[in-house]
Amino acid sequence: MITASFEYRRAGSADEAIALLTENGDDAKLLAGGHSLLPLMKLRLARPSMLIDIGRLADLSYIRVDGDQIAIGALTRHHDVEVSELLAREVPLLPAAAGQVGDPQIRHRGTIGGSLAHGDPASDLPAVVLALGGTIVVRGPGGERSIPAAEFFNGFMETALAADEVLTEIRVPRLEGAGWSFQKFNRRAHDWAIVGVAAVKTGAGSGSNGEGAGVALVNMSSTPVRATGVEEALASGASAAEAAAHAADGLDPPSDINASPEFRRHLAQVLVRRALEEAGV
Amino acid sequence: MTAVVGTRMLRKEDPELLTGEARFVDDLVIPGALHLAIVRSPHAHATIKSVDLTAALAQPGVVAAFSGADLRSEWAGPMPCAWPVTEDMLNPEHFPIAVQTACYVGDAVAVVVAETDMAARDAAELVDIDFDVLPAVVDLEDALSDRVLVHEALGTNRSYTWELIPAPEAVEEAFANATHTVVERFVQQRLIPSAMETRGVVAVPAVYGGEFTLYTATQIPHILRVLAALTVGVSESKLRVVAPSVGGGFGSKLDVYAEELLCLALARRLRRPVRWSEDRMENTQATIQGRGMIQHMELAADADGRVTAVRVRLLADMGAYLQLVTPGIPLLGAFLYGGVYDIPAYSFVCTGVFTTKTPTDAYRGAGRPEATYALERAMDALARQVGVDPAEIRRRNYVRADQFPYSSSGGLIFDSGNYEPALTRAMEMAGYDDVRAEQKERRSAGGTKHLGIGLSSYVEMCGLAPSRVLSALRYVAGGWESSTVRFLPTGKVQVVTGTTPHGQGHETSWSMIVADQLGVNPDDVEVLHSDTSIAPHGMDTYGSRSLSVGGTALWLATEKVIEKAKLIAAHQLEVAADDLDYAGGTFTVKGSPDRTMAIGAVAFEAFTAHNLPDGLEPNLEASSHWDPPNFTFPFGTHICVVEVDEETGKVDVLKYVAVDDCGTQINPLIIEGQVHGGIVQGAAQALFEEAIYDDDGNLITSSLADYLVPSAADFPSMQTDTTVTPSPTNPMGVKGVGEAGTIAAAPAVMNAIIDALSPFGITDIDMPATPQRIWTAIQQAGGTNGGPR
Ligand SMILES: Cc1cc2nc3c(=O)[nH]c(=O)nc-3n(C[C@H](O)[C@H](O)[C@H](O)COP(=O)(O)OP(=O)(O)OC[C@H]3O[C@@H](n4cnc5c(N)ncnc54)[C@H](O)[C@@H]3O)c2cc1C
Repeated sequence: MITASFEYRRAGSADEAIALLTENGDDAKLLAGGHSLLPLMKLRLARPSMLIDIGRLADLSYIRVDGDQIAIGALTRHHDVEVSELLAREVPLLPAAAGQVGDPQIRHRGTIGGSLAHGDPASDLPAVVLALGGTIVVRGPGGERSIPAAEFFNGFMETALAADEVLTEIRVPRLEGAGWSFQKFNRRAHDWAIVGVAAVKTGAGSGSNGEGAGVALVNMSSTPVRATGVEEALASGASAAEAAAHAADGLDPPSDINASPEFRRHLAQVLVRRALEEAGV
Repeated sequence: MTAVVGTRMLRKEDPELLTGEARFVDDLVIPGALHLAIVRSPHAHATIKSVDLTAALAQPGVVAAFSGADLRSEWAGPMPCAWPVTEDMLNPEHFPIAVQTACYVGDAVAVVVAETDMAARDAAELVDIDFDVLPAVVDLEDALSDRVLVHEALGTNRSYTWELIPAPEAVEEAFANATHTVVERFVQQRLIPSAMETRGVVAVPAVYGGEFTLYTATQIPHILRVLAALTVGVSESKLRVVAPSVGGGFGSKLDVYAEELLCLALARRLRRPVRWSEDRMENTQATIQGRGMIQHMELAADADGRVTAVRVRLLADMGAYLQLVTPGIPLLGAFLYGGVYDIPAYSFVCTGVFTTKTPTDAYRGAGRPEATYALERAMDALARQVGVDPAEIRRRNYVRADQFPYSSSGGLIFDSGNYEPALTRAMEMAGYDDVRAEQKERRSAGGTKHLGIGLSSYVEMCGLAPSRVLSALRYVAGGWESSTVRFLPTGKVQVVTGTTPHGQGHETSWSMIVADQLGVNPDDVEVLHSDTSIAPHGMDTYGSRSLSVGGTALWLATEKVIEKAKLIAAHQLEVAADDLDYAGGTFTVKGSPDRTMAIGAVAFEAFTAHNLPDGLEPNLEASSHWDPPNFTFPFGTHICVVEVDEETGKVDVLKYVAVDDCGTQINPLIIEGQVHGGIVQGAAQALFEEAIYDDDGNLITSSLADYLVPSAADFPSMQTDTTVTPSPTNPMGVKGVGEAGTIAAAPAVMNAIIDALSPFGITDIDMPATPQRIWTAIQQAGGTNGGPR
């Protein structure tokens, strides 16, 4: 549980980080909070030859209103998301989920950008950003681009982020009081979710109040994933309980010591139903 | 001086621990030390065809690298097992590093020694070993079939069969005449002890005098010194073993480990200090594991549910090899399958079985949690059969207070006990009747969250151990303990103890005992331990023995000090010794309260020796070696209340109540700490922890992400109380409390879960009761969302 050796560079700005990435190619990795990357390196499952530390880029740590959206800097720590009054008012789903990431040590180190860039299907925040229909802003040698969250997660721990790009910002819509829920099922308080559900009540649909929902799932597929079966059922007239039965439609959930695929499908249905109920759908 | 024994004195050890000043093995600065990295077998069972060290040796910083064959000549003997439980027990010879065959994933197969830890670990990755992979055997019952042999040369996987059947006909008769019989099969999953500090070792060649100092994170420096000397072939008197601050052990550091012997042998060979520190994943594989049994448990009872016989058959998983006391662990529980109950007939048989997994050995409670679990689960099954409340079935069967000292049918003499008050108090604290009422209401309301209440009454045998009993059990050493108490010229008291604390707070408790005996401030007592040069005699710390055996040796030594001081005080005060009273550190002439002499002043007289009685030796110092005449028998009752979500299978512990009786209490604060930690460790077996192996013998739960050790967030605040029934076995009346929580908790939690699920007709869930297991059991029982069917 000690990493292989590597070179360490600290980037003074996002542009410097991009330049270092461009120079050093695939063997270089950005280091943000280190709480996903370093565990892999300690297991020697990841062996980057260079780490480019962006952990101290204070100008990428912010939470602010930008029109009808909230913009969150990639280097914002989970803890800062958890305690943000602005978010508690505007997008309470996000601090609720951030407050359930790991334990306090992890929340003080881990960053929202790192969480999304890592693209772990078992992570909480990617599902939240998916359910919210957020946008991910990245910057590379060729400039900046915005990627809808729904198009960001491509495969197991694979994202639309190119090797020479830095994720700089996450944008999510202001909820304006819409109902929401975050359901995390785990065995110990500080564990990853065995299954998790993020749900937000959205525009027109068929829920009890004539509304639909954005629903995304944690640890139910090889990527963070939207529960399209649920969303479609709600859009076409199903009740919350009926829609929840479609939670695992089309999904191939993982198997591990905590849950078989069958149990995960069952849990997803239970948790989606609870989430929709709590969100008032 | 007001008495300190019985007060909640803060622990003397804690400031150092809390400020990071305490020095653990890995903190020791040893100039010039080389670092050892171990190449471990990735296969559960494999022949080592060749070991190519060339690439590793070519790495910068690498000083040496060896295969098991290269080091074979270093060993004067094989790895020691101190407990050959039967005459014909099979014990496969094995060495600190495998020579021909690796028998579990993690078995050492090559070593690299380098100038830095990083260099050693990097080079270890380059050692090229050609293995011939053999089939693994993981399951205990499969191993028993000898389909795959772990050790070809033994011809069987059966290490031994040990029996305790004092009166076979009585057992047969009881079962033949029983109205109720309970027949259960329980699985004790393997557990990974997970001490906060992983292991670490440094072997340092002596700069002058002696041969080596071995610093190691161990519970047993004394036992280790003897056995390391024999195994590595160094002189015992020139080997000094030191256990610096040790961060927990729970039995996992009660062993003679390959790495300790390797560091010593390599320091001898390379003439440099050699150090090793274990990382967490190594810890899960190379440090012993606990439990690992299949228990066949039977009770015979009459129409009222009075138990007339208990019959137990165990299969115990030894793992790949016998470690220090591996085969003896089931024996520590063998006498306790009748627990707190007055059961006339007794039958116990245990078979130790080899598998291609990490060896097992002592883990907190060692044999006794297993016994209590099987019995308490079976008692609940009996209560269900008879149709009475679990509290009532226990009441009907308890050994009564007037039966002590009680000769159990298992052959022990329980020195003292009073079981029912602990149950009554625990029920009161838990609000037992109210919880039962709420349970009834919820059941008739038909919700999806089910309430369950679990009871567990236990008795354990602590204070290991009377040496003659150990002899009868074929353990190769004694069970005594030793202590020296000496006044220093400054009036401070130095205590030397043969026990080896590694988190328990002996320095505090020992100081309190001495403070009251000798009338000194506890801060003026210094407790020295865990260094064989300072404390040459000791049998170390395990099995809740330190206070009842080591503390008694200490108490007896203080008595000897007082006796000698009295002679000096009498001489100084010019009276006969019989004319002196002694209390709180002061001698007083009977009838003359103004003629006194403090023991500190006596000590100074003893030091100057200017005016001592004729023939009396200078200095105030005494030693005592105490061999207990019997075990001690702590007991208690724990109650757990859980809520089980039938939709997700999740268990929430709502309430946990513990009433324990550890006899006379030295420091209630320390007792509570032991009970709290013990309970969560026991509950962890019920709810979270399991060392899971795949069919090829790979440990799946090899990190703390997969091996679920709970944290404070996962368990509610516990309510604890005590009753006090002093032990007549030792002068202070103490019993020991290190394992009580672990012993009581797993059955309390599991009984609660099964109670919650009883409307589904569920009577058994394996530990740990994971959400998936519970959900699956409900599915199989035909339950569906919305309530029991
Ligand atoms: C014990 C433990 C428990 C945890 N439990 C949870 C949990 O319950 N829920 C949960 O969601 N997470 C959990 N985590 C993960 C934690 O939230 C991580 O902090 C997070 O997933 C990654 O963020 P980071 O800043 O630490 O990223 P890092 O580890 O620094 O980086 C992760 C990856 O993202 C890349 N990266 C990081 N930042 C950027 C960027 N700005 N642009 C481009 N690429 C970038 C890195 O190169 C790396 O490949 C846990 C972690 C640990 C160690």
